[in-house]
Amino acid sequence: MAKPMHPTPNLDQLESGPWPSFVTGLKRLAKDKDYMVDILGHLEHSYQTRKGYWKGGTVGVRGYGGGVIPRFTEIKDEGGKPVFKDAAEFHTLRIMPPPGMHYNTATLRQFCDIWEKHGSGLIAFHGQSGDIMFQGATSENVQPAFDAINDMGFDMGGAGPSVRTSMSCVGASRCEQSCYDEAKAHRQVLNTFLDDIHRPALPYKFKFKFSGCPNDCMNSIQRSDMAIIGTWRDNIRTDEVLAKKWFAKHGMNELVNDVVARCPTKAMQIKEIKDVRKGDHFSSVALNDSQALEIDNKDCVRCMHCINVMTGALATGVDKGATILVGGKRTLKIGDLMGTVVIPFMRLQNDEDYQQLVDLGQKAIDFFAENALEHERTGEMIERIGLVNFLEGIEVEIDANMVSAPRMNPYVNTAGWDEEVAKINAKKAAA
Amino acid sequence: MNAQVNAPTPAAPLRKAIECGVPDNKPHLHPTMLKNYGNWKYHDRPRPGVLHHVSHTGDEIWTVRAGTQRQMDVYTIRKLCDIADRFAEGFVRFTIRSNIEFMVADPKKVDPMIAELEKSGFPVGGTGNSVSMVSHTQGWLHCDIPGTDASGVVKSMMDELYNEFKNEEMPNRVHMSTSCCEINCGGQADIAVIIQHTKPPKINHDMVANVCERPTVVARCPVAAIRPALVNGKPSLEVDEKKCICCGACYPPCPPMQINDPEYSKLAIWVGGKNSNARGKPTFMKLVASGLPNNSPRWPEVNAVVGNILRTYKADARPWERLADWVERIGWPRFFEKTGLPFTKYLIDDWRGSRANLNASTHIRF
Repeated sequence: MAKPMHPTPNLDQLESGPWPSFVTGLKRLAKDKDYMVDILGHLEHSYQTRKGYWKGGTVGVRGYGGGVIPRFTEIKDEGGKPVFKDAAEFHTLRIMPPPGMHYNTATLRQFCDIWEKHGSGLIAFHGQSGDIMFQGATSENVQPAFDAINDMGFDMGGAGPSVRTSMSCVGASRCEQSCYDEAKAHRQVLNTFLDDIHRPALPYKFKFKFSGCPNDCMNSIQRSDMAIIGTWRDNIRTDEVLAKKWFAKHGMNELVNDVVARCPTKAMQIKEIKDVRKGDHFSSVALNDSQALEIDNKDCVRCMHCINVMTGALATGVDKGATILVGGKRTLKIGDLMGTVVIPFMRLQNDEDYQQLVDLGQKAIDFFAENALEHERTGEMIERIGLVNFLEGIEVEIDANMVSAPRMNPYVNTAGWDEEVAKINAKKAAA
Repeated sequence: MNAQVNAPTPAAPLRKAIECGVPDNKPHLHPTMLKNYGNWKYHDRPRPGVLHHVSHTGDEIWTVRAGTQRQMDVYTIRKLCDIADRFAEGFVRFTIRSNIEFMVADPKKVDPMIAELEKSGFPVGGTGNSVSMVSHTQGWLHCDIPGTDASGVVKSMMDELYNEFKNEEMPNRVHMSTSCCEINCGGQADIAVIIQHTKPPKINHDMVANVCERPTVVARCPVAAIRPALVNGKPSLEVDEKKCICCGACYPPCPPMQINDPEYSKLAIWVGGKNSNARGKPTFMKLVASGLPNNSPRWPEVNAVVGNILRTYKADARPWERLADWVERIGWPRFFEKTGLPFTKYLIDDWRGSRANLNASTHIRF
């Protein structure tokens, strides 16, 4: 039995309503822990005064420079003593989950036992960087908690100016749209940079995210410095049984309005079966006895829409890999930046392909470490130095797929034009 | 006295971290998923909250998705484990929006598991064209710079959107996020709720020199509004309040520059973010409403605006139109007309590159 609860009239109001209540969970923990009684008091104080009262500091585990988010209370009495003394320290451990955030229950139960013993008993699945957030431990308990978690085969995630914990989608384990082995790429890349994860020494954070297809369920294009988004080079596959089944259920209106008309590049047409074009870049599938859907894969930008709507009837190709984009991030400091293409297609099928991905990540991080200003993200650095300089730095050839349009101003010295053309021609001749 | 008795016992060698990195997910995969890894053929959704995947081998797996409160006490996690052990062979996974998923190879287990989840207080849904759980940040519970408590805002919104989570009645999927400062850890979304400060930081000049690395703070400001200054004889920083855009970027590196204010830290609503490449290219979200009070514990004003946007979108958008697709068809003037939200001068971008957001055409819908 813990000490009596502080009154929490504000938080109490978050216990009503049908959605699961985190307050009810906090209160359950407070039945056994003075620590959580005071956390509830601390949070209620924030709700009453509409301000936060935690400050950072320096808490870590032996051998690592990051991964613990230290929190010390700022609610002090006149003598400078914490008002909620049992909750004076509320540190979080960021722990990297398995790719795809899969768990067997034995692991989750063990996490619970460890965190009940050493911490608050509150765990977030997951933080916005993709970590398991073990929320709330005293300075003294951080090391034993980490030791126990680490003994299970789990490791600390990133914090500060480091390579950060990554995220990958459910992918190959359950999704037919998966275009590479996301978990393999995730582990192989991240585990190459453990030193950069655990000992923050980069100009600022660097995030990788892995999505298996252009639906980008991990939001990698907007949220990561390097986004690895699955795609394919060959034709969309079709399945006549599933296409006919879909058409029988949904009919021509839905096919036209929801599929054909929504193709962003007008790559699809409905045709009489006899008129369907054949050739190495066409896909087609019969919808009934007379009509078929025809796709010109040269026009297709692999947006996924038709495959999302007619799942199974249409499917990704088999020559699979990823498009790699760099420089995504949210506003601060220069405004939102979307990741932009640096590798239009990297095949990801055998071990050598995956090693190539690791090598690219290594070059991007090395260049970032050398050239970014303090607190500057990769996208901001590219904005400052220009994409061409970045590409030269990471030894990647330019490609017209990297732009949405060529330059729209004359403010460039093109004196080297002939030389560049000669290089391109020489390369063509050699190919 | 024997000196040896008083000698300290040699300390046990300190445990070194095992730098094991990202763990393998194979031991955490349901056997049917492991067996069919990379070999799935298609999926459908038999009912809201349930996915049905079929592999090229003919194997099938049913996934039941349920909402959680994200930050869970160990009793809640154990309860979810009990359900997984009873119905789902002891395996679960979490989605990026903190929903939990249980996988079963036997379709007969689906309905009883749904009943058990609902009985235990976990709503089943969040699939397809539903409103899924709001991805969000830490807030007052744990963050060092929060303007609000995302968990409370989210709980309040999801109580209202409970039926939209459990049903698939929206034109397309709706992803939402909530963030406690303009750093926007919650991320881009169809609808995002984000703190927007409206007053420059209040500076505690007694503290700045001791706590802040002043050149770093000066460099952090997006509009060069901060400069070093001597205040009351102490080295400090001052803010050109005419230039200040109240973004709060100076606050994390310099806590004495307090940006959070119970009254003047407002909540803003953003719409139309889309990370998927489906149909149009990915889009960033746009600011459509601001000045909403930080009205804990239930934030009714935020809920009213979000509810209004969702209702309007639901009634007006065509199938498969995400919020951004819908606005692209109807145009921004009609978005403001239909939602009744005021289009103020603050919504006209003047940041770098902003002219690209002006209408450089005569394309106008009358």
